[in-house]
Amino acid sequence: MSPRIIQIAANTFREAVRDRVLYNLIAFALLLSGAAIFVGQISIDIERLVVVDLGLTAVSLFGVVIAIFIGIGLVSKEIEKRTLYTVLSRPVRRWEFIVGKFFGLAGTLVVNTFFMAIGVFGALFYVAHKFSKPDALILVALYFIVLEFLIICSLALLFSSFSSPLLSAVFAFSLFVIGSFAEDLRGFAGLAHGVTRWFATAAAYLVPNFSALNVISAAAHEQPLSSQLILHNTLYALFYTAMALSGAVLIFERRNLK
Amino acid sequence: MAAIEILGLEKTYMVGFWRKRPKRALQPLHLTVEEGEIFGFLGPNGAGKTTTLKMLMGLVFPTSGTARILGHEWTDPEIKAQIGFLPEQPYFYDYLTAHELLDYYGQLSGVPAKDRKRRVEEVLQRVGLTDIQGVQLRKFSKGMLQRAGIAQAILHNPKLVFFDEPMSGLDPLGRREVRDLMEQLKQEGKTVFFSTHILSDAEALCDRVAIIYKGELRGVGAVEDLTSTVQGKVEVVWQGTQIPASMKALGAECHVTGDTVRAVLAENQQDAAIDALRREHIRLIAITPLRTSLEAYFVEKLQPSQAASAGKTVGTAV
Ligand SMILES: Nc1ncnc2c1ncn2[C@@H]1O[C@H](COP(=O)(O)OP(=O)(O)O)[C@@H](O)[C@H]1O
Ligand SMILES: [Mg+2]
Repeated sequence: MSPRIIQIAANTFREAVRDRVLYNLIAFALLLSGAAIFVGQISIDIERLVVVDLGLTAVSLFGVVIAIFIGIGLVSKEIEKRTLYTVLSRPVRRWEFIVGKFFGLAGTLVVNTFFMAIGVFGALFYVAHKFSKPDALILVALYFIVLEFLIICSLALLFSSFSSPLLSAVFAFSLFVIGSFAEDLRGFAGLAHGVTRWFATAAAYLVPNFSALNVISAAAHEQPLSSQLILHNTLYALFYTAMALSGAVLIFERRNLK
Repeated sequence: MAAIEILGLEKTYMVGFWRKRPKRALQPLHLTVEEGEIFGFLGPNGAGKTTTLKMLMGLVFPTSGTARILGHEWTDPEIKAQIGFLPEQPYFYDYLTAHELLDYYGQLSGVPAKDRKRRVEEVLQRVGLTDIQGVQLRKFSKGMLQRAGIAQAILHNPKLVFFDEPMSGLDPLGRREVRDLMEQLKQEGKTVFFSTHILSDAEALCDRVAIIYKGELRGVGAVEDLTSTVQGKVEVVWQGTQIPASMKALGAECHVTGDTVRAVLAENQQDAAIDALRREHIRLIAITPLRTSLEAYFVEKLQPSQAASAGKTVGTAV
């Protein structure tokens, strides 16, 4: 990998840190400890379930919001402010810029998720006083959440490469919401007829399948997850991310800067 | 080898939100800049200077045409390590300090880690940015940003630099310093290509200039040639406010300013003029061949086709 990609990624991470993105961890910690103390008091054997369900959902939502809000500005803001001029007039290829930005944002989210995961396990220990074997499922759920972030980062970047931050945010949030119901959408598509069926199926398979990546409830209820699912989800997320990033590169390669 | 060869670069922007219509920003431009020269790219606002520079930097794609930079295709990313670019009204990552910005740009330009710190200090010194340790760029004034912009353009010791309006945003002292810096760059054997709408900057500095107006190249040449002696005229300056009758008889146009008189007359009357002054015991200050100023040349170059293009507009409107 070209050193420039790492340099651009590192600078993107530094920007996020300086923009106080990691401060969201404070809100997360408050939310989680509040919840843990609360369920600790009512204690009717569902503490673990509540903490895991609520904790992981918060990890996912916080991350999605960050991914979208940073992602949508990554390219368009640099074009708008003209900070790109002095970057692209160096031996930086345009695709390296996109890929570097992606890794910078993805890295920010991984670090953020890491701290949140510590919080979730801390809260879990607080209410359950021990760790048990099914807690490993939480790691799988967290891994899937990170995969979800990769897809969202790449989509936000894709939108950012051709539209304004506001429109990009709308697109990205819509896709996040629709994608969360992707399985239902596929089901509906199967019920339709004719051309409608054709279009509905295409749409259902085109949107990112976030429902398959959401195993929060399974982790909370200690239902086992197959290794096949892990493999399948990994390949799916990497493929989807690569496609979205390629789209972003293709668009950005042709773009006239303002 | 030419430092820059512009081979018919041309740009038409599509403007308008709904129904796009073409707007010609640059007519096909042919221009060659030799290695080691300071080349001024002159033109009023909106002439197409920035567009040309942005195309050369690969920031904007030409409608047609190509260019060669330092003997390579201009799209070759590797030559970018050897060129520096100062954009018009530069703006940078404002969450960084100047040191951090330059360190980052040094990385991107492939300046080895061991040299980077020293290079950064050197260029900051060179552009006169001191006492800025720890200050984020968001706190920089316009003039300081301009200096930071020049610093990042020369950071990696490029062979060729492109400056878009390098003196803008600077006070008179700052302009002077930037001028000196460009001269030093030339002495170091670098090629300097800069755009400006301020003629005095160009006249003092450039080996050659090109004049562009409404996207069209109107003239190119060495500053000396463009400001060439006006056919057979001299300017005679003497002390006092007295204008001898014999001077007038020689057909001199005289102007009194303060306690000197300036007279313009034909070169072959020069000796007669000196004699006339001697007879009156007037103190002669200077005799110089008359040159057109770059400004006069510039204005002349803008004139004729201003009329021509006005005619064109009428023509297409009919
Ligand atoms: N992004 C753009 N879209 C449409 N028109 C543009 C754009 N950039 C520049 N122009 C037009 O192109 C012409 C040349 O502009 P520019 O190159 O900035 O001139 P200069 O730098 O000589 O002042 C101007 O008429 C300007 O309005
Ligand atoms: Mg300009």
